[in-house]
Amino acid sequence: MTKMTLTTEADKYIIVTRRFAAPPEALYRAHTEPELIQKWLLGPDGWTMPVCISEARPNGKMRYEWVNGKGGGFHITGEYVELEPYSRIVHVERMHLPDPTPDNHVETRFAPDGDGTLMTIRMTLPDAETRARMLATGMERGMEASYVRLERHLEQGRLQHAGSTMS
Amino acid sequence: MQTLDAAFSALSDPTRRAILARLAKSEATVMELAKPFAMTQPAISRHLKVLESAGLIVRRIEGTKRPCRLAKAGMEPIDQWLAMLRDALARNYDRLDGVLADMKTKKG
Repeated sequence: MTKMTLTTEADKYIIVTRRFAAPPEALYRAHTEPELIQKWLLGPDGWTMPVCISEARPNGKMRYEWVNGKGGGFHITGEYVELEPYSRIVHVERMHLPDPTPDNHVETRFAPDGDGTLMTIRMTLPDAETRARMLATGMERGMEASYVRLERHLEQGRLQHAGSTMS
Repeated sequence: MQTLDAAFSALSDPTRRAILARLAKSEATVMELAKPFAMTQPAISRHLKVLESAGLIVRRIEGTKRPCRLAKAGMEPIDQWLAMLRDALARNYDRLDGVLADMKTKKG
């Protein structure tokens, strides 16, 4: 299994590649069917996606809403542009933070690769202002995930120290 | 870690995030920042002090003005943003491996 790669192209695009041990059809379904998307498109630990609208047809709507269960949340909206089952998805999306970021144009390809699939995503690199806003949101999300991990760590520490006077 | 904590704490306020987003466009004075936010200059100054001590912005002296800009080390590098994106995607795709394995099992 090859690790994910993430590179920039011409200061304008981000290219992500990742190999999966499943056929293109499964990847395509996992990227377009709401009940599958909700299982993995979650970012840092502790976040869930209670709302997932994915109308997988040209001009079909997308709306993904994430919450951290502690009052924090944000969502993206978008539209499908082109779909070629099971090899290619083109869509546009924007984050609402809460003001919408400029449209991100995303092309996702699934190519057979041995007994698995090579996925290649090409997306627009956001401008400096958008990055700063996303970074601010992301840092909060990252911080939240760190706290969750810390809580877990402390929980384990407590279990290990059960019986001792340490708490 | 103290700097990181200060940065997180500074970023927890929506006004301060909006100030950073504004400064991502260009340098600005307190007066220029106060206008769109409909806040008094002392209120903006307090936010700027928090951002400055967290290392997220730097201020220079120009006559009686003290224009602010994003601290390059704190916010600007695209690498920092890309690292965040990389982490989020890597975590997503590790989870997707599990979803795909489940799909295979159900089918089989």
